[in-house]
Amino acid sequence: SISGTCQAIQKLTRVRVVDNSALGNTPYHRPPKCIHVYNKTGVGKVGDKILLAIKGEKKKALIVGHKMPGPHMTPRFDSNNVVLIEDNGNPIGTRIRTPIPYILRRREGEFSKVLAIARNFV
Amino acid sequence: RRSSDGEPAKFQPPPKPVIVDRQRQREERRFLSPEFIPPRGRTDPLKFYIERKDMIQRRKVFNIPEFYVGSILAVTTADPYADGKTNRFVGICIQRGGKGLGATFVLRNVIEDQGVEICYELYNPRIQEIKVLKLEKRLDDNLMYLRDALPEYSTFDMDMKPVSRLEHEEVPVNKLQVRMKPKPWSKRWERPKYNIKGIKFELPEKKMQEAQKWSQPWLEFDMLREYDTSKLEKKIWREVNEELKK
Repeated sequence: SISGTCQAIQKLTRVRVVDNSALGNTPYHRPPKCIHVYNKTGVGKVGDKILLAIKGEKKKALIVGHKMPGPHMTPRFDSNNVVLIEDNGNPIGTRIRTPIPYILRRREGEFSKVLAIARNFV
Repeated sequence: RRSSDGEPAKFQPPPKPVIVDRQRQREERRFLSPEFIPPRGRTDPLKFYIERKDMIQRRKVFNIPEFYVGSILAVTTADPYADGKTNRFVGICIQRGGKGLGATFVLRNVIEDQGVEICYELYNPRIQEIKVLKLEKRLDDNLMYLRDALPEYSTFDMDMKPVSRLEHEEVPVNKLQVRMKPKPWSKRWERPKYNIKGIKFELPEKKMQEAQKWSQPWLEFDMLREYDTSKLEKKIWREVNEELKK
């Protein structure tokens, strides 16, 4: 991608879907972009829900890693990673191969299903 | 011993043994961790002295090994949200920053085609073990360009075995020249301000000469930027060694 500065995820950021859902993996001529962040500030960090525009549809997603450096001892990824999610919090895919930060386990109640399909943790 | 004609041979003293003075060799190879050296400024040296005392106190309890930028480390931290409460990460050290108790180092690895970097604090009590798997130096002090290099240069096996090395050999310098992904890069690494020697630039000659336009050859002669740390280092080295022996 072209952007140089690494900020966290906000409106119009291109993201990378990391689960094995059909919607996330079929190629399309436009990359998936964030159109809204469900947060008081418009900036999404790890564990925030966002609205994604993929293949002409709107889908909610959960941020699992971003390029912006966070607090010390937490991992920083080389791409903005996102997992597609339903409105009630159920993930659409069945497997996540990319590593997920352990910080997400703090909110085990909301993200238990996403953490259950994750393979590697960092 | 008897010679061939039966008479006792002249007394031959035994050959002199080769004494390898291990103690002296070990002391000759001094390594002072860079976070002990205070930055240049007008703060009271008392502040750095108190901080050094705290750093030595932590080092007595927990062993922080010698490592450089470019060595491969395995760090286990205590994590309440991890299975078995510990979290192990293996990576190459790309940067060592900060002074005093806030000293940090960044480890980089590529897991499942995803580059991951973690900035660890050296003196954080959550760190349970730092192990050096491969001790080596690289041509640069800062390997941030590995983000724009091909991923094979940042991939390291999580179950890597530690590479054994002899006690008092010189730290090996890996003169690896890294190949980069096609431009655009996160920073313009060909510019002389970064002074990078560890990249194999495959750019056309014209681009390299254009990058030299931003060179500042007067910087190395600027006397106000000089910071000679040799005397400071010796003093701090003696102080740290005395405290650690107690």
